Amino acid sequence: MTGAPVVSLPGACARVFGREVRLAARRFGQILQPVTFFLMVTTLFPLALSPEPSLLRNIAPGVVWVGALLSSLLSLEALFRVDLDDGTLEQLLLSGQPLAGLLAAKMLAHWLLTGVPLVLAAPLAAASLSVPADALPVLMVSVALGTGIIGFVGAIGAALTLAGRRGSVLLSLLVLPLVMPVLIFGARATDLAIRGEPAAGGIWLLLAMLILAITLAPLAAAAAVRICLE
Amino acid sequence: MAGCDRSPVRVLSPDAVLEADGLHLWRGDRHVLRGVSVKVAAGQAVHVRGPNGAGKTSLLRTLAGFLWAEEGSIRWCGRPVGTDPDGYARALAYLGHENGLKADLTAGENLHYLTRTRRAADDASLTAMLARVGLGGREHVAVRALSAGQRRRVALARVALSGAQLWLLDEPFTNLDSGAVETLSGLIAAHVDAGGMALFTAHADVPLGGRTRHLELGA
Repeated sequence: MTGAPVVSLPGACARVFGREVRLAARRFGQILQPVTFFLMVTTLFPLALSPEPSLLRNIAPGVVWVGALLSSLLSLEALFRVDLDDGTLEQLLLSGQPLAGLLAAKMLAHWLLTGVPLVLAAPLAAASLSVPADALPVLMVSVALGTGIIGFVGAIGAALTLAGRRGSVLLSLLVLPLVMPVLIFGARATDLAIRGEPAAGGIWLLLAMLILAITLAPLAAAAAVRICLE
Repeated sequence: MAGCDRSPVRVLSPDAVLEADGLHLWRGDRHVLRGVSVKVAAGQAVHVRGPNGAGKTSLLRTLAGFLWAEEGSIRWCGRPVGTDPDGYARALAYLGHENGLKADLTAGENLHYLTRTRRAADDASLTAMLARVGLGGREHVAVRALSAGQRRRVALARVALSGAQLWLLDEPFTNLDSGAVETLSGLIAAHVDAGGMALFTAHADVPLGGRTRHLELGA
């Protein structure tokens, strides 16, 4: 019990990250849920509209992005709620490390576990909407950045709605307006790429928003978690 | 930083002291804590007693830093806890109504993550602590598959492994059989004898010998 050195913040963050990944591996079905939802929504459009390739290509950016946005929101609700219910959130607060740092590790793991499956599923959705293969890199990069922004900004909403017992509708109402720019720039960049025009502008803007979100969202989420545990 | 000194090495500090003075806490329009004062020094245990709704849990959550008292002060080693909340958090271990365990992870994995976000510890010490709380050989069993009493034991093992000087235990003996109560009071007694501090709530008397003082809270 004596003489053991205190754990550094990166060390503690690695533990938090590792625990999230291991938990996700134990509940693999929960990772598949949002991505299945995403694929189902995007395949409904060609079925409901018409299989006309030019029409599908026109609506593809919007369909893919709305699908990605909604399925990212699905997984946000459980981000802190489960930890609140089993008491691990309290323990995170008392680990003696800056809470914002530990939450950042948790949010990073969340991005990896929900964003990467969506990025990998995006080409499938794109194929069903007859998006040309040249546009796939831009689509995948923009979805990768976009899910990150939604994850980090959404975490603030998830932390703020912890106090209410059923926060999911409120969570969507809080988060959706904040992530509108992601939808706009992401869909626009994808649209430009499908038309064969340069799409770098939208990607850089998404990257800038992601950096801003990674920097500030953990601080806001940490403050919100402290309030909600009172 | 378990004790008063700010050195990076954890040792139980013989001059650590927790002082709470005149704590007043309102929850909504309910006046829960009405001027509660308590002082715990190294090597002391305090048993907080009182009827349901007397504010025992609120007192512990206030001392753990989750709730902010409207009036009164909490000092750790003479310094208000608000001046160094992370340092104070490193000095305390809290066991609430929830065990703070992930049901999908095994007992060993839970201890691994919970302990090593706070301090370095080798695998042998984690296994040994599980054996000490009567769960030897169960480290690879998912917490989901353990009984309520066994989960409580894992949670107490986590507290004992935390290296913290001050243990705040809210009803630590719920769901435990009489044998386990004896083992785990032994754990608390050993911690207190080694210069640790414990503040706990329990409805029954806890066999801690003469180490315990009582703090009565009114309804």
